[in-house]
Amino acid sequence: MDLASAKMIGAGLACIALVGAGVGIGNVFSSLIASVARNPASQSQVQPFAFLGFALAEATGLFGLAIAFLILFVF
Amino acid sequence: MEIKPLEQFEIHRIIPLEIGGVDISYTNSALLMTIVVLAVTALVVLSTRGASLVPGRVQSVAEMLYEFVVDMVDTNAGHGARPYVPFVFTLFMFILFANLFGLIPWSFTVTSHIIVTFALAIVVFIGVTIIGIVKHGAHFLRLFVPEGVPAALLVLLVPIEMLSYFIRPFTLAIRLFANMLAGHTMLAIFGGFAAAVGLFAILPVGINIALFALEILVAVLQAYVFAILTCLYLNDALHLH
Repeated sequence: MDLASAKMIGAGLACIALVGAGVGIGNVFSSLIASVARNPASQSQVQPFAFLGFALAEATGLFGLAIAFLILFVF
Repeated sequence: MEIKPLEQFEIHRIIPLEIGGVDISYTNSALLMTIVVLAVTALVVLSTRGASLVPGRVQSVAEMLYEFVVDMVDTNAGHGARPYVPFVFTLFMFILFANLFGLIPWSFTVTSHIIVTFALAIVVFIGVTIIGIVKHGAHFLRLFVPEGVPAALLVLLVPIEMLSYFIRPFTLAIRLFANMLAGHTMLAIFGGFAAAVGLFAILPVGINIALFALEILVAVLQAYVFAILTCLYLNDALHLH
């Protein structure tokens, strides 16, 4: 296998990390909706945590995406 | 046409300078940092110079940002964290403005370089550790010992707690850096698609507009996350567990 195709496969594999980010972000917002639906008064208290969770979950997936970009465009 | 999405992160010298074999040239990164610092200073200092009881538009923006940070420190870092509000505010404003200025086309994203984010993160880490040691002395080590855990489990838990403590500057730095790098690279890639497909460019441009909105959200959110995690680490150092 030559280097170019190995890079493509590697970048594709690195993008699998985004599965976790998708699951995580979905989980955060589904929990937000569930909790606000049960107790609408709690929205202002819960929302900042939801966005904090969104940012943290998204970051983990972006580690993988950043690696994919580095493989494709730097090395 | 070849797409070069990482071209936007290249650093080039504006004023070449070298002292004692060390390259301290004034680069585009340094230029953007100067602009960011000037902008933050202008917003905060100039708007509150002729401060009035009923704030004008610019003054109320500055006040809102400051109150937001004070509120964040109060709720997350707990009692006795008020002296550190200026530090967290400076950190938050610098990262927020660096992220937002980076989104302006043909400018430069300072926070997309790991050396910048790591420098910020290591300052937070060392500062918080010093605060904890000065405040609690040897008791600070209790941070690594969870309460109410059987002694047999401590053998396992203490190394994990220590690892999760010392990994903090790295996760803090990489989170901000990876978000900025991935976001801007993605914008450039879809921009490259738009240039390549001619008449069908409407599709990638549409995606790019949506991505840009997401990037603005991410720019604000990452500054918020950096500041709030600083508050949480400060809370650990001030109050242990």
